[in-house]
Amino acid sequence: MGTPATDIEALTSQEYKYGFVTDIEADSAPPGLNEDIIRLISSKKKEPAFMLEWRLKAYRHWLTMTEPKWPNVHYPPIDYNSIIYYSAPKPKKQLKSLDEVDPELLKTYDKLGIPLRERELLAGVAVDAVFDSVSVATTFKAKLAEMGIIFCSFSEAVQNHPELIKKYLGSVVPHTDNFFAALNAAVFSDGSFCYIPKGVRCPMELSTYFRINAMNTGQFERTLIIADDGATVSYLEGCTAPMRDTNQLHAAVVELVAHDNAEIKYSTIQNWYPGDKEGKGGIYNFVTKRGKCAGVNSKISWTQVETGSAITWKYPSCLLIGDGSIGEFYSVATVNNYQQADTGTKMIHIGKNTRSTIVSKGISAGHGQNTYRGAVKMLKSAAGARNYSQCDSLLIGDQCGAHTFPYLEVKNPSAQVEHEASTSKIGEDQLFYCRQRGMSMEDSVSMIVNGFCKQVFKELPMEFAVEAQKLLSVSLEGSVG
Amino acid sequence: MLEIRNLEARVAGKDILRGIDLTVKAGEVHAIMGPNGSGKSTLAQVLAGRDTYQVTGGTVTYNGHDLLALSPEDRAREGVFLAFQYPVEIPGVGNTYFLRSAVNQIHKHRGEPEVDAVDFLALVRDKMKLLELDESLMTRSVNEGFSGGEKKRNEIFQMAVLEPKLCILDETDSGLDIDALKIVANGVNKLRSKDRAIIVVTHYQRLLNYIVPDFVHVLSAGRIVKSGDKTLAMELEKDGYAGILEEAAEGVGSR
Repeated sequence: MGTPATDIEALTSQEYKYGFVTDIEADSAPPGLNEDIIRLISSKKKEPAFMLEWRLKAYRHWLTMTEPKWPNVHYPPIDYNSIIYYSAPKPKKQLKSLDEVDPELLKTYDKLGIPLRERELLAGVAVDAVFDSVSVATTFKAKLAEMGIIFCSFSEAVQNHPELIKKYLGSVVPHTDNFFAALNAAVFSDGSFCYIPKGVRCPMELSTYFRINAMNTGQFERTLIIADDGATVSYLEGCTAPMRDTNQLHAAVVELVAHDNAEIKYSTIQNWYPGDKEGKGGIYNFVTKRGKCAGVNSKISWTQVETGSAITWKYPSCLLIGDGSIGEFYSVATVNNYQQADTGTKMIHIGKNTRSTIVSKGISAGHGQNTYRGAVKMLKSAAGARNYSQCDSLLIGDQCGAHTFPYLEVKNPSAQVEHEASTSKIGEDQLFYCRQRGMSMEDSVSMIVNGFCKQVFKELPMEFAVEAQKLLSVSLEGSVG
Repeated sequence: MLEIRNLEARVAGKDILRGIDLTVKAGEVHAIMGPNGSGKSTLAQVLAGRDTYQVTGGTVTYNGHDLLALSPEDRAREGVFLAFQYPVEIPGVGNTYFLRSAVNQIHKHRGEPEVDAVDFLALVRDKMKLLELDESLMTRSVNEGFSGGEKKRNEIFQMAVLEPKLCILDETDSGLDIDALKIVANGVNKLRSKDRAIIVVTHYQRLLNYIVPDFVHVLSAGRIVKSGDKTLAMELEKDGYAGILEEAAEGVGSR
């Protein structure tokens, strides 16, 4: 196919044959993208005019852009005109009991130790538990509201807090940022919004109790989290349960804003469908995540455990603007079979005495290709800034690959940058040592791998850390011996 | 307990063991001595089931089982313990966690319940004292940052906790100073019992002053060329391997 821009131009120059008005009641728009589709999305969501304008601006800019070719990943060209960009949320087919669920899926839930109630929810079983969960969610929301915390879907925020959306939307990841971010800005369906007012510490891990509800937000998700002066929040995204989706392309955007002395901790476990053993059918996960430490002594910490998706393209980053602000990135990325991951971070030091820490653990098994790509920039203004980076790769088997691309740019002589990197193979000697002490081959692999990732796992909230360990074992099953 | 008949093994295409015959009964301590490259360590690794070594002939019967048919982990669960010549580091895996997992694997294999964390700690403390190991080692990663002596003591400490039936010590004395050697020997001697057999693989007679063997075997070019009691070790110390090795027609393989 040609470039998406020309395809889309060709399409937009045609008369829109499905007709805008008649289609408005339909469940989904026809495949393809043009301004009418964007107007449809915006009107379906009853958005204020400024939102439509913003989307259209993004779309027009996207038309001028081309897909990035620099990541170390390979996939057939994506036909952006075969994608359906709007479809009304359809309730999933409800099952009567777990007996109707695919036994393979149940086995995986079991290995991951997912609580029974959540299994039912994940598998789409219609039980009272669903209502329980909703009422739990409602209770927590009421408690949060009392403290002035806003935590809702992005669409609700657009309706109820347009002034916040207007102020912050695109303030960290502008609609012009990159190809996928521009596409997301034009067509994003929904996502989460969170605002923590001045001086408030959010008393619970946000979204722990809501993760089930946030599951069906679709392929173009958008999240915006704002911590006002002195506020703190810990946000969890994702779920260890394997997530299947008929949409192959996922292009999400996450924006974080931390004001003076505020702290945001953002943890992700990503386990999208990675494709089959030959690598067919997996999700392409092209995500833009960025945090802005706008205020003095603010802190943003990204922790991610990436085990899913056929292709991952993702660089959770920090703009360290406020003096004394801190950015952190802790990552475990696993690839098995034919998975490819190009992930890392950018730490842009702008303010004085800003500090950043990068700990990246890449695990490659099967034919997987794992790339760490990180940039550390110390601008002229970043006097006394410091960075420490550590990138370790672990190889399992001899068909996989690990690659490291660190970019360093230091423009202030008082700034310090430290980078350590290592690549190791799971040693035959380590495996034999464990087995000689009675551990099975798979337990041995999982023990060694979890040891390798310990530095990152200890950054995760407790229950998430336990799930992450189990997830890693399941992801690497059968990779040795 | 252990019957080795005409055992042959090779590694990287090279024949190392060329027909080992050895019978070890419960309660006995056997020392396997020999120059470098004679196949001592290979014998230890083959008994533990390392698959980089290829068994090309012979049989090994362990408590009535065909030992060679068992996976390394099943051998371990059945009570075969190898104290490694070069204990392996496993970064990020806690020493206590590792050892407790090992204990639980054995319990599971025997159909016994998992060991209670509190009981386990009490057991561990007790055995640590025996090996004069610092408690701080238990909170560190397996063998990571341990001194050479600490690694070797840690092996014997694991052995003391796991209480195996057949203990194979592969050059446990190498790299130990005399104080550490005495501590290790003391730990091993505490484990001597009528239900347990111990095979001590060593190059030097020194260790055998502290762990006094019932039998001594001299290995050369992959065969046992001479067996005797502890006086054989003393003879070796006095005259070196050369005198005994004259009997063996083949030269010494290189390492």
